[in-house]
Amino acid sequence: MKSSSDLLRQVRAAVAEVSPQEADALRAGGAVLVDVREQVEWDAGYIPGAVHVPRSYLEQNIESHVPDRAASVVLYCASGVRSAYGAATLAQLGYTNVSSMAGGIDAWRRLGLAVVTPTALSAAQQQRYSRHLLIPEVGTAGQARLLESRVLIVGAGGLGSPAALYLAAAGVGTLGIVDFDIVEASNLQRQVLHTTGRIGEKKVESARQTIGALNPDVKVVAHDEMLVADNVERIIDGYEVILDGTDTFETRYLLNDASVAAGIPVVHASVFRFEGQLTTFLPYDGPCYRCLYPTPPPPELAPGCSVAGVLGVVPGIMGLLQANEVLKLVLGIGEPLIGRLLLFDALEGSFSELRLERDPACPACGDAARAARERGETPNLPIYSTAAPFTMERIS
Amino acid sequence: MSRVLIPQVLRPDVGGVKAVDVDGTTIGEVVASLLERHPALGGRLLSPDGGLHRFVNVYLNGADVRYLGGLETHVDERDEVRLLPAIAGG
Repeated sequence: MKSSSDLLRQVRAAVAEVSPQEADALRAGGAVLVDVREQVEWDAGYIPGAVHVPRSYLEQNIESHVPDRAASVVLYCASGVRSAYGAATLAQLGYTNVSSMAGGIDAWRRLGLAVVTPTALSAAQQQRYSRHLLIPEVGTAGQARLLESRVLIVGAGGLGSPAALYLAAAGVGTLGIVDFDIVEASNLQRQVLHTTGRIGEKKVESARQTIGALNPDVKVVAHDEMLVADNVERIIDGYEVILDGTDTFETRYLLNDASVAAGIPVVHASVFRFEGQLTTFLPYDGPCYRCLYPTPPPPELAPGCSVAGVLGVVPGIMGLLQANEVLKLVLGIGEPLIGRLLLFDALEGSFSELRLERDPACPACGDAARAARERGETPNLPIYSTAAPFTMERIS
Repeated sequence: MSRVLIPQVLRPDVGGVKAVDVDGTTIGEVVASLLERHPALGGRLLSPDGGLHRFVNVYLNGADVRYLGGLETHVDERDEVRLLPAIAGG
């Protein structure tokens, strides 16, 4: 009969072992480091860039983390035993370039090499966000990132309501909500943050109650004021992403200009009856709202929901797509809709995508405006309150 | 013929249809023949001096014509032209 140390000797002889210094060099060369320890060990600190696949889930989960069987993979654990067994298992699964880090993270630490300590989640948070934690692209580090993130929602209306609910549920740590309105009966067909019992109450207070009941992890900052030129800089300060759920062009241009100046990305959507438009503005990396629409339409050509009506689910769908963009930006994953305008047609059940360009002559984000800001000056931008039809070229 | 896709906000001016097939070898010609058939659309698309409003974008096969050749942009048979104005609701 084989003893456990016999088995370990046999496994070690069959797998490639590398020193921590060699593992570090492999990592710099693009190898994937896989931490096979348990959750509590990972939470106490791991090697930067490593992915976490506990030994007990290695066979089941390795393919979603490392789909390429020829990829260079270095496994580590605390001392190099579990990672040796893990490496033998991966060889059986057909991985051809696997090694185990001798001495584990204990040896790595003794050499003074870098270790990351993730923000630990409480037991309640581990339960609440467990479906996020199971996704490699989110995981504990991503959830911790969400919990420390600060997102501003401008407008607790048709777009802002569904977005606020899902961002709160996702554990965005601080949700700022800007709205000066009160809840009306006609809002309730789509503004799902509010309730019949709160008709007549401030929307920001209604939002605070709903969000508080959904997720006590979220701190709601209520901005019970209309976004205007005098307060926009103060209100947006300190937020990392802004969700534009406004319903007037004045506010939209104001928010655009201030967020470009502050370097804060804005996830924009707007709706009309059965249609929606959605894009993400990342200052100077892509177009801004003025690049997309240099001037606003007069009110009679662009009626809002209170005049034209809207199918309630349309802002619901667009608001959730905005929330999706916000989560991608906060987590640094996926392809944000920068320079892409997504159109939704509820009647057709179709999405279309258009390509957008940054206008180098844009008064808000163009080259001259950027250079002016870098010199410490404030570009002089038109403030729109009424129709100001600019023309492109004459139709011959 | 190229196909001009009409958003909901402009459909009342083209008899409620989603798309109109028109002739024209440039964006300017396509817009002009569209307006010839649906003059009511002129009030929505054109400013008093006859140019296209800056809040109405025109896309040729998904690309903004302002960054192609503007109204001079060449249009091929079976190209897709999309008119897209800014919309307000939120």
